[in-house]
Amino acid sequence: MDFSIIINEYQFYLEGLWTTTWLVALSLILGLCIAIPAGILRSSENKLIRFPIWAFMYFFRGSPLLVQLFIIYYGAAQFDWLRESWMWHYFQEAWFCALLAFTLNTGAYTAEIVRGVISTMPQGELEAAKAYGMSKWQTLRRITLPNSLRRALPAYSNEVIFMIHGSAIAGIVTIVDITGAARVVNARYYAPFEAYLAAAVLYMCLTFSAIYIFKQWEKHYRIEQ
Amino acid sequence: MQELLNYQSLLLQGAWLTLQVALLSLVLAITLGLLGALAKISPSRLLRSIATLYTTIIRGIPDLILMLLIFFGGQMLINNVCYSINESLNEYFTQQDASHEWYAYLPDYIDISPYIAGIVTIGFIFGAYMAETFRGAILSVEKGQIEAAKAYGMSKYKIFFRVTFPQMMRHALPGIGNNWLVLLKTTALVSIIGLQDMVKIAGDASGSTQQPFTFYLAVAFIFLFFTAISSALLKRLEDKYSIQTR
Repeated sequence: MDFSIIINEYQFYLEGLWTTTWLVALSLILGLCIAIPAGILRSSENKLIRFPIWAFMYFFRGSPLLVQLFIIYYGAAQFDWLRESWMWHYFQEAWFCALLAFTLNTGAYTAEIVRGVISTMPQGELEAAKAYGMSKWQTLRRITLPNSLRRALPAYSNEVIFMIHGSAIAGIVTIVDITGAARVVNARYYAPFEAYLAAAVLYMCLTFSAIYIFKQWEKHYRIEQ
Repeated sequence: MQELLNYQSLLLQGAWLTLQVALLSLVLAITLGLLGALAKISPSRLLRSIATLYTTIIRGIPDLILMLLIFFGGQMLINNVCYSINESLNEYFTQQDASHEWYAYLPDYIDISPYIAGIVTIGFIFGAYMAETFRGAILSVEKGQIEAAKAYGMSKYKIFFRVTFPQMMRHALPGIGNNWLVLLKTTALVSIIGLQDMVKIAGDASGSTQQPFTFYLAVAFIFLFFTAISSALLKRLEDKYSIQTR
């Protein structure tokens, strides 16, 4: 076992850590932008709105993220109209395909969390707020948002961890994220144990920092009993 | 569409392999999960800390990294260990007797099959999640039931298999179901370590037909089919088990 390889090639791992971090962070933010409207419209009265959102969530929650990434990354080349349009500029980039796949995937999972939180919103609290004469904005800020966050945060922190773990497949499509860095180092030195162990440690640091941050945030909304 | 039909039997073979890997790792995961849960609630401090270490480490590492670590790293580690044991044994015997000829006491080279590596990794990962599920389920079995069993003079094993196990399964079923759905999707990763599952076959097929979108979409739909059937079966099972409770 020779861990001096890792120390010599630390700049690869640093680059990988940075790529993983921004890829996951950006996917989560964009995913949230999809998830909130999708989660609200999921229980819409109109069938024409409800059905496409159901199909979107069903597809992205029911199939593996790896297959979704392959559909976008390899599949896009099958269509001539896409290759000739301006979009091809983006679709031939691995990072764009990974970002798109991760965003849609986390969007679908988060939409389910949003839907769950909305459908179990305690009506009594809203009625009480109305009785106190709060405006709509006040109700949202003082009642709905803290209440929803309190119930959604544990599930969402799981989703964030799932996304950090899921993002490891970006290394398969030539992106130098943490997995990609480990693959490069392994290819160069043929030291799979050291290379992947270093990646595992980095992912562990990322995951546990995320867990810690969410624990602190959850504390903020905890009801003292 | 025609291309898809040409590859129909190959894709179905791949789907069968995916199911095999998923089911075998589920068996391993449930076994490890039960052991982990029992260790977590055991009075022994050592067992508790081993189980906690196991579940914590697994929660921190992505499944793909663990799979690559076990498949590539594990293979190298085993072979290095075997090699050095062989070397030292031979050296020892040569010192004892100069006419000793080199002999491989342990196999020279062990090839871990991707099939075994895939099942072991996925089973190992989901064992940790199952342990959490089972721990919660065991704790939700009423204390009175176990005290009653003790009063009847049942042995520890009898209490577990006759009282705790059947009742905890009812509580564990939704958790097992969720874990199974995630596990099923995780099996797609075995294509990366070279197993001919349906993702790999779709990749090969899209290379030769130039229709990657069609083939990967087909694979996604097969996965959707599996998850839909699993959810329906799980719902029926849950309904069945909840009848006895009011």
